[in-house]
Parts: sequence; C-alpha cells; structure tokens
Amino acid sequence: MTALTLGLPSKGRLQADTIGWFAARGIDIARTGDARQYAARARGIDGLEVVMLSAGEIPRELASGRIHLGVTGEDLIRERAPGWQDRIVLAAGLGFGHADLIVAVPAFWVDVETMADLDEVAEAFRARHGHGLRIATKYHNLTRAFFQSKGVADYRLADSQGATEAGPKNQSCEAIVDITSSGGTLRANHLKPLADGLILQSQATLCLSRAAEWGDGERAALARLAERLGVALTL
Amino acid sequence: MNAVRQGEDHAAIESALATLAALFAAAGYAPVTTAHLFEAETLIDLYGEDIRGRAFLFPGASSAGGGGDLCLRPDFTVPVVRAHGANGWDRAARYAYQGPVFRRQDPGSTRPMEYLQAGIENLGAADPAEAEAQVFTLIQEGLEALDAGPVAVMTGDLGIAFALLDALAMPARRRHRLRRHFWRPRRFHQLIEEFVAGPAAPTALRARLIAAANGPDAPGAIAAIASEAGDPIGLREIDEIAARAVALAEAAADPAMPAEQAGLIETALSVTGPAGNALARLRALTAEGSVDITPALDRFEARLAALERAGVDAAALPFDAAFGRNLEYYEGFVFEITAEHRPDLPPLAGGGRYDAMTRRLGADRAVPAVGAMIRPEAVLAARKLPAAGNQ
Repeated sequence: MTALTLGLPSKGRLQADTIGWFAARGIDIARTGDARQYAARARGIDGLEVVMLSAGEIPRELASGRIHLGVTGEDLIRERAPGWQDRIVLAAGLGFGHADLIVAVPAFWVDVETMADLDEVAEAFRARHGHGLRIATKYHNLTRAFFQSKGVADYRLADSQGATEAGPKNQSCEAIVDITSSGGTLRANHLKPLADGLILQSQATLCLSRAAEWGDGERAALARLAERLGVALTL
Repeated sequence: MNAVRQGEDHAAIESALATLAALFAAAGYAPVTTAHLFEAETLIDLYGEDIRGRAFLFPGASSAGGGGDLCLRPDFTVPVVRAHGANGWDRAARYAYQGPVFRRQDPGSTRPMEYLQAGIENLGAADPAEAEAQVFTLIQEGLEALDAGPVAVMTGDLGIAFALLDALAMPARRRHRLRRHFWRPRRFHQLIEEFVAGPAAPTALRARLIAAANGPDAPGAIAAIASEAGDPIGLREIDEIAARAVALAEAAADPAMPAEQAGLIETALSVTGPAGNALARLRALTAEGSVDITPALDRFEARLAALERAGVDAAALPFDAAFGRNLEYYEGFVFEITAEHRPDLPPLAGGGRYDAMTRRLGADRAVPAVGAMIRPEAVLAARKLPAAGNQ
C-alpha cells in the first residue's frame, strides 16, 4: 500500500513534544532498532512511514519533496526554504515549541524604542565608528525581509550561529535578531526588544510538501491521516 | 543560471563584449580591469544601501594580511572611480570596463546573482549636459550594435527633488531626514505625514528623555535614565545616546510642516510624462509654490538640448520625477533602458550622474561623474523569442 513519509525532529524537547502530540491522537511513534538509527515506526495508522531528521533539515526535505509531511519550527521553514510558499503548506500549529523572533538592542539605549529609531541612530553611529550597525543573527533571510519591510536599510548582517545575545557585550555587533522564549536571556545580557521588532511568533508546525509525490494513494492516506489527527491537511 | 556557457551562447556573448569594447574604445574610453575580490572594510561602506545589502561578504584571512571580510565585486564604478582618484581628481578621464558582478537576490528570485556588465565612466567633464548626452547616446548605440530590438527608455533627474528639498524652508534636521529617506519612498511619505501631523504622543520613556534633555544638566540626567535601564555595553557610548536625546528634544519642538509644502513635495515627485512637458510642469509648480529651483531645472533643460543636438527626440523621452529612488548611487540625471516586450528580463542598460559619490570616494569636492552600463546577457536574452527566452 502507498505510504506517506513523515519527517520528525530527531532529538530533544521538540521530538518528545511531537511524539506526545501524535500519541494524544492515537498514533504511537517508536524508534526502530537502536537509538542511533534515524528510522521509526508509526503504530495505530496504516501507510505512514516516519523518518527522524534534524529540525533544521526538515524545511529542505519538504521543499525538495523527499518527505510528504514534516514537523519543525515555522521560523525554520521561513528562514531555510527560500520561496517556500509555492512548495510548503504550514498546515497546523501544534501548540508547543513557541518562540518569538525579535530584534533586540542594548537596554541602556534609552533613545531607541522602535525600528525607526534604530534606523535614525545608524547614520550617527556610522560617522562615529566608521562602520554601520552590525546586526548579529542566524536568521539572515527573515532579518533582511523584516528590515526591508520597516524601511531600515543602513545596517550589516553579522553571522552568529550561537550565543548571539552575548554579541553586543562582546562588541561583535550592536543589535541582534534571535529567538526568545522568555525575556530572561535578554535581560541577563542587558538587552531589550524593540517595540515593533517582533518578526515572527513561531511554533512547532505540521507542514505538507507540495513538491512530494501525490498520487491517488498518497491523497487517500493524507485524508485518513487528517481525519485521525483532527486537523485540515489541504495541499 | 548556466554554470557553463559554450557553443553558440559562448560565441554570442564574446562577440557582444568585443563589439562594446570596440565601440567604447572608439569613443575615447580607456579599457580598465579590476579585481573580483576586495577587502570589505575599505570599500563596502562606500556603496549605497541597496548594493551594500546585496553584496556577498565572507570571512577573509586575505593575502594582503588583513583578517577582515572579503567582498565579491558588486559593481565596477566604485573600484574604477576610486582608482582614478588615487592618481588625482583634477583631470578628465573616460574609462570602459567589462566583466561579471555579483549581487545577492531575494529568496525565490530568478534574477541572476552573477552577471556581466559592460560599462563606461566619464569623469571630470566640463559640460555636464554634454557628458550626460554623450553617455546616454553611446549606450543607445551599444544596444543598437547588439541588435537589442525594441526598447523602452525611462529617465529621471534626482537633482530636482534634492534641489526642492534644499530650497524649501524647513528645520535643517527635517531636511536631512527627508534626504536620507528619499531612497525609501514609503518611509519618506510616512515622514512627510508625520511632519504635517505634528509630533505623536511620546512613550513614557521618550517623554522622560525629552524632559531630561530640556532640563538643567542634560547629560547627567540622560545618563541617569540610561544607567537605570541597563549596563553600558557595546560600542555605542553614553554621549552618543545623549546627543540623540537632545536631537529628539529639538525635533519635538519643531513646528509642523505646512500642508502646502508637503503637497508641493509630493506633487513634484509625482510628475511624469514626456520630458518636455515634465519640465514645463515643474517650472509651473515651483513658480506657484514660490520656491526657486531654477538652476536644477535649467540643468534639466540644458540636458534636453544636448540630447536634441545628439539626435535624440529629447522632449519626447519618458520622464518620471520619482524614477531612480531605488538607485542610491545617483543624484542627477538617471536613465534605464528595458526590452519592450520582455518585462521578465532585468534592465538592458542604465546609468546616471553620481558626482556626490566621488566625495565619498576621497575627492575634496564633488567631481563631475556620469556612468552607465549594458547587461549583455540580458540583451542576448531579449533578442530571443519571448517563449524561448531565458535568463
């Protein structure tokens, strides 16, 4: 029988919450073989194959159509799958993995409360320091698009793959764009979010790949899955 | 984008480049070449914001000894004009270049990130109108020599808007902000609306900051608010924050922009049509508004006359007063030529006047500078039938 391929996060809290979410809907997902293997089995529904992937790989696998469905953060879809709208459907937010992608600046910048303020200080900063404001982030695409939508152009992205929030203190950047699930990390690093600097409210999301093979068998399996999960799964 | 160009495609692009090289050389433009890679720190900030945002930067460990970022050449003008200036700005020169440039495109865009430019720079010419007409007609000749087919021309003159902003009575700070945001039309429009409506109700923090800036011992009072908010971290220092707070306090006291002034700016920027009519309309608008930008409009008129002398039906050239607001390089005459039946293609050619940039590149005054370039790959694509075309 035709099977759908479902990509799930391979580790951590996101994996545990995802498995719990499916279990609550009568689908038990268990790893097959030893724990280092990235194969898993779904019990409680026919025609569903599960592969474990890193959450960061899932956007690409969805975009290329190698998996029919996948669970990952909405932020990762929007950041890592350029032009995703044509190829990926954000079908259902799963209610966990909440994280806000925000723009934050040093809290003692009391003259900067909005994106427009950030833009206004960029010019004087450039004159004083010889370079533009550096915005550290790993979310390059989302940051560019958001800054453009706010009419802010006088900045430079600085790549940061970890401990981004320490950047301003270390003088490797002036401001950051990063995920925050609470304000605690920001406060601990003497940062504050900008009032209109919320780029995205992300959560774990069940996604469909439009690029995958969708024959009659796959569509029938998708309809069964949608009924079991109680969510609309529309290509 | 094809990774390898071969056979007929290779021959066609080589032939197009050779044709343009010969044409530009015959017009007195000396061929120059530039490096593909340069150290980002020294050059990248010289670019306007759009190109700067699209430049490919990556960590260096360069052979020159610097450890800073390297940048893939996003255009030729900055390196060519900078090299010219290194040997003295007080001389006229004409340069021709060709080769690939590299620009990041938006996610999902089909625009190429690497493409060829073949262009010219005309520096230090005594007569601006003649230089502009010469550059424009030489680019037109180039497109004809490549058999580009039917094209659409658009022209503009950024000098008119800048002259208008300079001539209108307004606080210097407001003029500066409008000039700075001129390149982002939506933000510019928002700013004008804010200036007319008067200051919005400040946040509690902003109100405190302004009160501190207006009170006795402003630096101390502002520093107290800042240190209460958080530890001083990063490169930006407390005196920079205090300076901005003072500027905010001053701006809050500025009078609202008269509605007639806002109307004149927006109306002048919306003038479109054949260049001859547009010139007459701009003369009438500014006369009605009692604002004198005669020198800028005279330059526009002189350019049209020079173009007529060069055989162009200049009065009929399509003109849009807002054209070029995405091209931060330029400050005067600006033009773009597209394939008439191929809106899917990037512009085939474009250019304009960029005197002010020479100062950023090290000149002690704005040196007359006009340049333009052709995109041979786009031209070759335009020659193909629409259905078969690709880029």
